[in-house]
Amino acid sequence: MLAGNRKCITARAPEKVGEGARAVPLAGHVGFDSMPDQLVNKSVNHGFCFNILCVGETGLGKSTLMDTLFNTKFEGEPTQHNQPGVQLKSNTYELQESNVRLKLTVVNTVGFGDQINKEDSYKSIVEFIDTQFEAYLQEELKIKRTLHSYHDTRIHACLYFIAPTGHSLKSLDLVTMKKLDSKVNIIPIIAKSDAISKSELTKFKIKITSELVSNGVQIYQFPTDDETVAEINSTMNGHLPFAVVGSTEEVKIGNKMVKARQYPWGTVQVENENHCDFVKLREMLIRVNMEDLREQTHTRHYELYRRCKLEEMGFKDTDPDCKPFSLQETYEAKRNEFMGDLQKKEEEMRQMFVQRVKEKEAELKEAEKELHEKFDRLKKLHQDEKKKLEDKKKSLDDELNGFKQKKTAAELLQSQAQQAGGSTTLKRDKERKK
Amino acid sequence: MPTPAVPAACQVEKTVPGPGMGDFSYVGIDAILEQMRRKAMKQGFELNIMVVGQSGLGKSTLMNTLFKSKVSRKSVQATSQEKIPKTIHIKSVSHDIEEKGVRMKLTVIDTPGFGDQINNENCWQPIMKFINAQYEQYLQEEININRKKRIPDSRVHCCIYFIPPTGHCLRPLDVEFMRRLSKVVNIVPVIAKADTLTLEERDFFKQKIREELRANGIDVYPQKEFDEDAEDRMINDKIREMIPFAVVGSDQEYQVNGRRLLGRKTKWGTIEVENIAHCEFAYLRDLLIRTHMENIKDITSSIHYEVYRVRRLNENNTAVAHANGLPQHHMTSHEM
Repeated sequence: MLAGNRKCITARAPEKVGEGARAVPLAGHVGFDSMPDQLVNKSVNHGFCFNILCVGETGLGKSTLMDTLFNTKFEGEPTQHNQPGVQLKSNTYELQESNVRLKLTVVNTVGFGDQINKEDSYKSIVEFIDTQFEAYLQEELKIKRTLHSYHDTRIHACLYFIAPTGHSLKSLDLVTMKKLDSKVNIIPIIAKSDAISKSELTKFKIKITSELVSNGVQIYQFPTDDETVAEINSTMNGHLPFAVVGSTEEVKIGNKMVKARQYPWGTVQVENENHCDFVKLREMLIRVNMEDLREQTHTRHYELYRRCKLEEMGFKDTDPDCKPFSLQETYEAKRNEFMGDLQKKEEEMRQMFVQRVKEKEAELKEAEKELHEKFDRLKKLHQDEKKKLEDKKKSLDDELNGFKQKKTAAELLQSQAQQAGGSTTLKRDKERKK
Repeated sequence: MPTPAVPAACQVEKTVPGPGMGDFSYVGIDAILEQMRRKAMKQGFELNIMVVGQSGLGKSTLMNTLFKSKVSRKSVQATSQEKIPKTIHIKSVSHDIEEKGVRMKLTVIDTPGFGDQINNENCWQPIMKFINAQYEQYLQEEININRKKRIPDSRVHCCIYFIPPTGHCLRPLDVEFMRRLSKVVNIVPVIAKADTLTLEERDFFKQKIREELRANGIDVYPQKEFDEDAEDRMINDKIREMIPFAVVGSDQEYQVNGRRLLGRKTKWGTIEVENIAHCEFAYLRDLLIRTHMENIKDITSSIHYEVYRVRRLNENNTAVAHANGLPQHHMTSHEM
């Protein structure tokens, strides 16, 4: 605690304004009622971000609906549908209306429902959503972070396009929505609803809603806690899923140009509430609940992702007496553990290597020793042979000497004998010769 | 299963022209402003102001004048005798105030005992500790796995420093305090009890103060480096030319020219608190409440708090590194 000073805080920090603090009446105009304006001004200067994900099969009019909603032609040409698997294409646009700048990102699922085996169709969508959460989480966990200017790519609203079959939801739809409902705000809409008649439409809507409920799919409910919008939101909640028609072409009705689809048997006006629910969708998505969609994404879906991810990585919240920074410390501890393991492994490998070298060395030493022995043996052998030969040579020499001696002795004798009877031998030899 | 493509957002910049003729080209994006306003009204705001200064400089009165109600510590506690404490105490009182549907939780943090001892060395320490403790509390909550939807914000948004009206220059205590604390919190210096200075004395005093602040490298609110754009800079430059505000506080009303005004009645006249010809209270109020409140909170959360957070997280890295015997340079550059 602070040495020598008493920290005396008389009020706890409550969760909502108004709890745990005394209410005090003001005697005059202070001026903090300008706070909402200050806040709004700051946001206007900063700009807004909104990210919509359109999930639906090919040809349900996703791109056209986006164009119609935001009154602009977004993409140049329709997307190619020749890739395997489900691809997610995202495009960002800067829109401006009066003084509000909006950075709108529209993500389209290309190839959804095109495969023969659709079991894994939802996976790439879930991965995409998770990747955006992960990016935000990484930014939030950084030491030096810039959350203030971070471009938020998390998906705020997912428009799920239901094919206008008129019967019920497809199993692909149910499976996909079930996988997405805890990750994103789902707003289901019936696409190309001019293909269904009014009576069929009511039955279709009821069937869809009951299927969603019985399968436990949590779709986004427009908030009803704020009195200003509670009524309209609860009415709209009853109209889900919205049956929409999209069109960027204009047709002259009466003396006005309106967005419509022209058929030989009549014209479907996009903004006519009797014809389709487009106006309701625009109202709910943009004009009334855009901020709530962003808030739900941040406080509910992102928090859930964050919690799961951190728990998965092995973090736990600290007890009050433990050291702080469980995240940081646990992460460091894990990292050190890992490094320790690595080092141990390295040591082991090194030991093994040293061992092997030793063994090999010993082997080689053995071989060397053997060779030396062999060499010694051979040398000895050689010496023996040499000795033998020398002995032999010696004996031969001795013999030779003996013989020489004998020879000289014999010659001497002979020469003596010759002198004595030499003349006779000579005569005899001479007579013989004659 | 073929790997799905997770593409980076391709930035296609297309500006849609504003609402044209007829209803149908109006999308309704600007309705988000109203939505934000509604949300803000529902949630309410929090503001934490700290007042620092020697006893007798009119801190409590000024708080009461600013918020036109009895918000100061003295109004809450029942002591009849005001004793100057032997050490610095930090006392905070919270109030719920509401104006035109906007609710605010105002917390006034008082520091009785500051600068009142004979030896005032390190008197800023307990205050620094308190401010850092609030940052710590917020950080703890932020890194929890299960965290609250709205993290309660007890961080000190603004510290009003009361300079005694000597008329000469800043005292060493003032310089030391502001130098150290301007690094962790927004400081708004004010000349207290300015009704003892004539206008010339006031201008001279202000100039001296500004010079000394500059000479000592003290960055008070609004800090020059946090100006966002040219427009901001222009507005803030005007404010910077006027600080410190020479204020007079009062919670008593008197009749002046047929109107009831807050003022101080003396034998030689009545000082009207909200009259800018008399004192600069109105400028202070406008700065703190009417125009720059959001900015003050913003700077606290995105700059001062972040600085604390970076320091704290790096500190922990080195601590863990030492504990594990690993070389420090492995850790300090590491980010999660």
